Amino acid sequence: MTDAYVVGVDMIKFGRFPEKSVPQLGSEAALMALDDCGLKIQDIQALYCGNLGQSSGMVGQRILQQIGQTGIPVVNCANACATGATAFREAWTSVKAGLYDLVLAVGVEQMGKGLLGSAGGATGIPKEGLLGSGTMPTVFAEAGMEHSRKYGTTFEQFAKVSVKNHHHSTMNPKAMYQIETPLETVMNAEMISYPNTKLMCSVNVDGSAAAVIASEQKARELGLMNRAVKVRASVLTSDPWQERDLVMPDVNSCTRKAAAAAYEMAGLGPDDIDLIELHDCFATAEILHYENLGICGDGEAGRMVDDGEVALGGRIPVNVSGGLLSKGHPLGATGIANIYEVSTHLRGEAGQRQVENARIGLTHVIGLGSACGIHILEKAAA
Amino acid sequence: MSDRPLPAVDYLKIPEDGDPYLEGYKCSSCGAVFLGARSSCSKCGAREGMKPIALSNTGSLYSYSIVHRSYPGIDVPYISAIVDLDGGGTVKGNLINIDPDPDKIDFGMPIEVVYDDALGRKDRDGNSYLSYFFQPR
Repeated sequence: MTDAYVVGVDMIKFGRFPEKSVPQLGSEAALMALDDCGLKIQDIQALYCGNLGQSSGMVGQRILQQIGQTGIPVVNCANACATGATAFREAWTSVKAGLYDLVLAVGVEQMGKGLLGSAGGATGIPKEGLLGSGTMPTVFAEAGMEHSRKYGTTFEQFAKVSVKNHHHSTMNPKAMYQIETPLETVMNAEMISYPNTKLMCSVNVDGSAAAVIASEQKARELGLMNRAVKVRASVLTSDPWQERDLVMPDVNSCTRKAAAAAYEMAGLGPDDIDLIELHDCFATAEILHYENLGICGDGEAGRMVDDGEVALGGRIPVNVSGGLLSKGHPLGATGIANIYEVSTHLRGEAGQRQVENARIGLTHVIGLGSACGIHILEKAAA
Repeated sequence: MSDRPLPAVDYLKIPEDGDPYLEGYKCSSCGAVFLGARSSCSKCGAREGMKPIALSNTGSLYSYSIVHRSYPGIDVPYISAIVDLDGGGTVKGNLINIDPDPDKIDFGMPIEVVYDDALGRKDRDGNSYLSYFFQPR
């Protein structure tokens, strides 16, 4: 089976663009990714498009209606916050299968402001505030408090995640925000769902990201190996049964299952990873995933953030892009934006926030409900 | 319009004569307990043998969050709690009759399930609803 490489990848600066349509936003990233490797839409053999908000709206085709209707197959994907990673993985799968040797994956989302979550069923009476809360800040607060219950993780440790990621974003011109948020600012921000304050919740933004994936032969033929990034592992899982998962969505088991499979596929372990972009939809979530991804032992995540091991310059930098907390979280774009971030470091092009000598990186997303997508990427040998 | 309150969720049962209770379904093959009716077991995959059981009205607090911002019109703060019921089944609901203060709330604290009107909420036909709540015991 051929190896598959990211040969072109880019993202737009995340922000709020109410004047643009979803296909327009997606088209921008698609063209940027094509430009990144000097290709045209006519070179692309299939398009895999991730979008959640208009999942019945044929967004992929509408992107081609903007940038070139070449008649290629288009697959539209929706998989909650794992939507972008799912589109990328479908693209990767088609190259691995030998069906195509040059394909495009696009993730795009236009978000409103405000709380995400379920307000309850369409019939009867609203359940929010009657049977607990289904808002995303609450669901992830409850997942974080489970960690507090087991290991004594504190509000302050959760808040430090947000301080770190906001600091990282000051070095990322494509992040929504570039603002330092000291610990007191994070902890004293409006409490949304204890222990998540407003600054510990991801930012709802509009955004898009895209990647061109090529077979090894095609990448060599096109002379694109010098900046190519090899996909060492691509894994997607759903949530295995857990006794509480009907009322408490479980983001841990599916991540652990995906991480084990990804390390096995890559023939690598957590110690081989130089940087990670993981799903910090809330500060409480990031803590869980240090352990789920095996970069520390169970119960050590609080210490990891206390000791700065996950900050830029630390043992294993996490979310140097600023993460979902500060770069922003356009649901369908996130899974490809984190592939852009890791690829940029592996190419040595990340500027001020560059992780020194980065050779191997890992991306992780969680779609609640649940889906987990993990990719392990490596700088290609030219 | 019904002359009796309706259940807020389909797994809350209100017998003609008897006290309300939460209903679970238990798998005869592997023993997994689920909220609400179902025909197959998602733990072991058994396609038959799911049996309705009355869940316990006592349990313990597993996890929680204190909700300070919710949708418009929802009173805050309140405690969104996840409770493990004695004998199986995990349920989410509001934890009441305790301060919404993390220093006052202990993981594992004993909880009882109580049944009361659904905070005055009515559907478009004017029906009242019976819901369940958790309180310290």
